[in-house]
Amino acid sequence: MANDIEATAPKFLRDKYAIIGVGETPYMRGSGRTTRAMATWAVRNAMADAGIKPSEVDGMLSYQANDSTPSPVVSSDVGIRLNFYMDVMGGGSSTEALVGIAIGVIEAGMCKTVVVFRSMNGFTGVRMGATGRAAPSMGGGALFSAIYGQVSPAQSFSQTFMRHMHDYGTTPEQIAMVKVFHSRHAANNPKAYYKTPVTAEEVVNSRMIVKPLHLLDCCVETDNATAIIITRADRAYDYRHTPARILSVVGRCGKPRGDMHYQAGPISTVAGHYAKDILWPNAGLGPEEVDVTGSYDAFTFTTMLQLEDYGFCKKGDGGQYVSDGTIALGGRRPNNTSGGHLCEGYTHGMNMVIENVRQLRGEIDDYCPAGADGKLAHTYDYGAGCRQVRDVNVTANLGWAMPGTGSAMVMRKG
Amino acid sequence: MAALNGEYLGIQLSVSDIDIENLEFFRRCGAHEFSLQRCKGCGLLRYPPTTGCPWCAEAESEWTPVEGRGAVHSYGEVHHAIQPQFRGHLPYQVLLVDLDVQRGIPSEHEALRIVGNLVTPGGELAPPEVVKTCGIGTRVRMVYRDVGEGFALPQWTIDEGASQPTPWRYAQE
Repeated sequence: MANDIEATAPKFLRDKYAIIGVGETPYMRGSGRTTRAMATWAVRNAMADAGIKPSEVDGMLSYQANDSTPSPVVSSDVGIRLNFYMDVMGGGSSTEALVGIAIGVIEAGMCKTVVVFRSMNGFTGVRMGATGRAAPSMGGGALFSAIYGQVSPAQSFSQTFMRHMHDYGTTPEQIAMVKVFHSRHAANNPKAYYKTPVTAEEVVNSRMIVKPLHLLDCCVETDNATAIIITRADRAYDYRHTPARILSVVGRCGKPRGDMHYQAGPISTVAGHYAKDILWPNAGLGPEEVDVTGSYDAFTFTTMLQLEDYGFCKKGDGGQYVSDGTIALGGRRPNNTSGGHLCEGYTHGMNMVIENVRQLRGEIDDYCPAGADGKLAHTYDYGAGCRQVRDVNVTANLGWAMPGTGSAMVMRKG
Repeated sequence: MAALNGEYLGIQLSVSDIDIENLEFFRRCGAHEFSLQRCKGCGLLRYPPTTGCPWCAEAESEWTPVEGRGAVHSYGEVHHAIQPQFRGHLPYQVLLVDLDVQRGIPSEHEALRIVGNLVTPGGELAPPEVVKTCGIGTRVRMVYRDVGEGFALPQWTIDEGASQPTPWRYAQE
């Protein structure tokens, strides 16, 4: 792995920042709590995880879609005085982008340590899958989409997914294996909302939502909050865990025509096609050196399309890559070992970053028994409750907003 | 203030008087004429209406009538409606149609990809037996669904006069 940091090059921030703390609420349906209460719960957990005092955290970032609580309120409930905060609009792909922004504001001297949170009642509050259910009136851009019954993410991405099957012969059974593997991972995750493994037959026989998406090709909707804490690498070793050092970030990189992504280029190609040319050179390594991936699984297809366009396999071979066992625990490069959005819970991407931080630490929270040191003694028996991957040195998170927009991050074990 | 008002499937539609690009587009649809902006800089057509050229950033453009014919580039087929207004019309297709005009320009991967539903020649959402005949490659022609005074939505119907390829359809019916 490349550690040859060229301090005079534009990429000199490589390896200078780290994630030192992660935290989350349970993944719930019916939280019975406000997004404020959940956010403070997750931020407290992240601070406790890092072993950091509130007085040592002075920056806050969050993302939302008018469905959450802003930073000044959340920070007050956890005793943090802010030198910097910003609450941005956004769902999927925000996490990695905000890590990049956190690095930037610390580098600019605006603050020293930033907590990033996402709090959402994604099941009992604002539901992604119910976008536009009310629709009392429409104008502007809705007259080119929603009025044609194209409002939800599933409806808006379906043409991209369908065209990939047409262009490359990708089959429903291949794609179904993303859900199959993620469901097996979730079976080893006490936190997962859906813990029962499913078969490919069950996926392709589940009811059709929007062709080519069956019900089980779509992620779960849950209520939860998640948080991560970022600081400079030279401070990161003052805290409890082995830091997850950040080698590279890409934030909301896009195809041309962000207004209507399918107006440009092959529609079966997604933003990763562009993002990979920032991600890998900045990281100083390539897909072959990655041990664990976190490719966003709002849908089975989004995992496949991104792994393909970031270069984990040849363009067009995504169906083979996600179905041949490579992405399963025990395989060459497991993806979403927590069960991801398809099974663990829906957070707009942050739980996949949290999972990879824990993978890099070697401290996954699975069903393994505690050893003499109080930490879980991992058995690496993936059929019996373990989901810790052996010797994880490098992870890659691939965040998805839509076919035309994505973010990414590479981390290494500190 | 709304300069165009309409109603479709019980949904109220409006185009604001300051939304001048969309206003011109839908007024022309209201006259059953499909027009797109042609850039005065690079000469390329674009969809949907925008305030500048996506290819060269030129602000000036000229509305140009364009023939509403093409082939289905891809589709989604909705079997579980979210909007209650669509529940009586399942399954319905959301088509991306490559216009014949400017296909493969500026690169082989581009086309003017026009959104619309598959409808009957009369403009009603197509029944299930017709939906089953339409897939990638199907030749379609534009029809207009009047939604208000001088206001119509462009839609797509199977082009009965065209020679039809065997369409590519998703494996499971």
